[in-house]
Amino acid sequence: MTTVLECLNGALDAAMESDPSIYLLGEDILDPYGGAFKVTRGLSEKFPDRVLTTPISEAAIVGIASGMAMRGLRPVVEIMFGDFITLCADQLVNHTSKFRWMYNDQVRVPIVVRSPMGGRRGYGPTHSQSLEKMFMGVPGLKVVAPNTLGDPAKLLTAAIADNDPVLFIEHKMLYNRSLQTPGVGDLIDFQLGGSGGYYPCQVLRSGANPQATIACYGYNFELVRAAAIELLIEHEIFTEIIIFSQLSPFNLEFLFQSLLKTRNLLTVEEGTSSMGWGAEIIARVAENMVGIKAKRIAALDLPIATSKNLEENILPSSKDIVNAAISLVT
Amino acid sequence: MRYNVTVMDKNISLYKTMLLIRRFEERVLSEFSAGKLVGTTHVYIGQEADAAGIFSVIGSEDLIFSNHRGHGHFLAYGGDPYRLAAELMGKATGLVGGRGGSQHIQWRNFYSNGIQGGITPVATGMALAEKIHKSGKIALAFIGDGTLGEGALYESLNIAALWKLPILFVLEDNHYAQTTPVEKGVSGSMSARFEAFGIRVWERDTTDVLEIQFATSESIHSVHSLIEPAGLILHTHRFSAHSKGDDLRSSEELARIRQFDPLLIHGARLSTPESIKIESEVSAIINDAFKRAEADPYPELKQETQ
Repeated sequence: MTTVLECLNGALDAAMESDPSIYLLGEDILDPYGGAFKVTRGLSEKFPDRVLTTPISEAAIVGIASGMAMRGLRPVVEIMFGDFITLCADQLVNHTSKFRWMYNDQVRVPIVVRSPMGGRRGYGPTHSQSLEKMFMGVPGLKVVAPNTLGDPAKLLTAAIADNDPVLFIEHKMLYNRSLQTPGVGDLIDFQLGGSGGYYPCQVLRSGANPQATIACYGYNFELVRAAAIELLIEHEIFTEIIIFSQLSPFNLEFLFQSLLKTRNLLTVEEGTSSMGWGAEIIARVAENMVGIKAKRIAALDLPIATSKNLEENILPSSKDIVNAAISLVT
Repeated sequence: MRYNVTVMDKNISLYKTMLLIRRFEERVLSEFSAGKLVGTTHVYIGQEADAAGIFSVIGSEDLIFSNHRGHGHFLAYGGDPYRLAAELMGKATGLVGGRGGSQHIQWRNFYSNGIQGGITPVATGMALAEKIHKSGKIALAFIGDGTLGEGALYESLNIAALWKLPILFVLEDNHYAQTTPVEKGVSGSMSARFEAFGIRVWERDTTDVLEIQFATSESIHSVHSLIEPAGLILHTHRFSAHSKGDDLRSSEELARIRQFDPLLIHGARLSTPESIKIESEVSAIINDAFKRAEADPYPELKQETQ
């Protein structure tokens, strides 16, 4: 089975093969090391002039990529750990994402900033976070995340082809996961719907009359899928899972359609709960619909501990999702 | 120096550029006082020789990344005073349709942004792109003494030196970061900051446009011939406030630095009739620019494309 890591690596390889204007920049991305999570493995050997290993200078890497992008190239940046994205905040917020609009659409900045986020590996407070919510709502910046149901390769290919900046969030726990196929294996009881497009929003339903809608993205689809199976088999609760690949700005059309049927909404994310992605979704639902019950599942508002026991308690679990769904529908 | 016709033409051209900047900026300040301009601005009065000298020798296709105090750079680049005036007034005909204002402009290969230090990696990336394209173009990034406090600058110097990128870092030291004197903001040596990265640096304490022109030529020649970064440190004087009402300097200090007025220094090389003729030409350009800009419409907010 193809893993997410193989998809992403293959997409970079294919993109560089077909477009000589694509450059990779990042820390420790040269072979034989191939990057901290091996997403760039093999590429510096194949494209030695176009894979640029950098000093530990996250702000400069993103700024340099933006400058390259405004002068006809298509750089893809790797920020080794998502936690370090704070070091690029000025570049992303005040430069990369602003140039196009601020300069009256006279320039475009086609860069992709890829970064592994997320915990569950015991890396502790500064190497485990999901900080993408800090960059959601920044005008001019798309935030995108792959999952195992969509095709991560297509998603990354679309991000590279995008003429505007994309922050591409890869949860570390996804890299070794295999892609899922609806109707077989784990998903034997599920049907797939939703949108196509560059950054699809997918809908996975476990029955004709779903009772709860669960919104999620990235790795949390793994937890939600396990929870949905348990809800179906153990509790006979049918769910509809809405899996976003474009997190910001977002289109909630499929979510609204689902809520017309279920009237119950659960949002699931790994970032801290307060002021999060789920909070924004629930606010939009409240503005557009009447009588929807909603709950958020997210990390506790704490730094992420190194100790496995503490980390598991701080981050959301499948059990949390099951319990929240039961409390919503009963 | 033995003057011939060509040299005199160049002298007139340099003087005209400096006077255009001076009169433009004076007009900006008076328009603010009259309430015709809103927001904020940072004028270049006193530093005109830097822009005039630098832009007289760089290539027309080179890439410029300017900063919050960028009007002088833009005008010396050859930018249209009318489009700049319209931008300052927030008009649809402004350089970026009124979206950016004074410190966020873009025209041809000229870019500016109001974030100290943040522009330096972007300019470095532009230099990298041009090196990859083998275009022969170089990048110029304009920084000030205040920028020396920003970490992104040192990340950029390091990478520009490591990757041998064709970029000239122009450091205009006007002795003040807003109201903070350089003594309270910058430790150690300015030139050693560049030299520590192995970057060759030219340093001049002058407001004589001809000296600045010469130092720029040398530093740019180094960037082109060695294909590597260089630094150009120009110690200068800002006669006006940082922006509009934030000047804490004494009248004695302001009087003292006025002796370094680049227009007086270079004006001495011109005849009186020449100076008068230039003054009148510049005056007509400025009047026309502001008059046309004032009559222009304001922009409408357009629905964004995604």
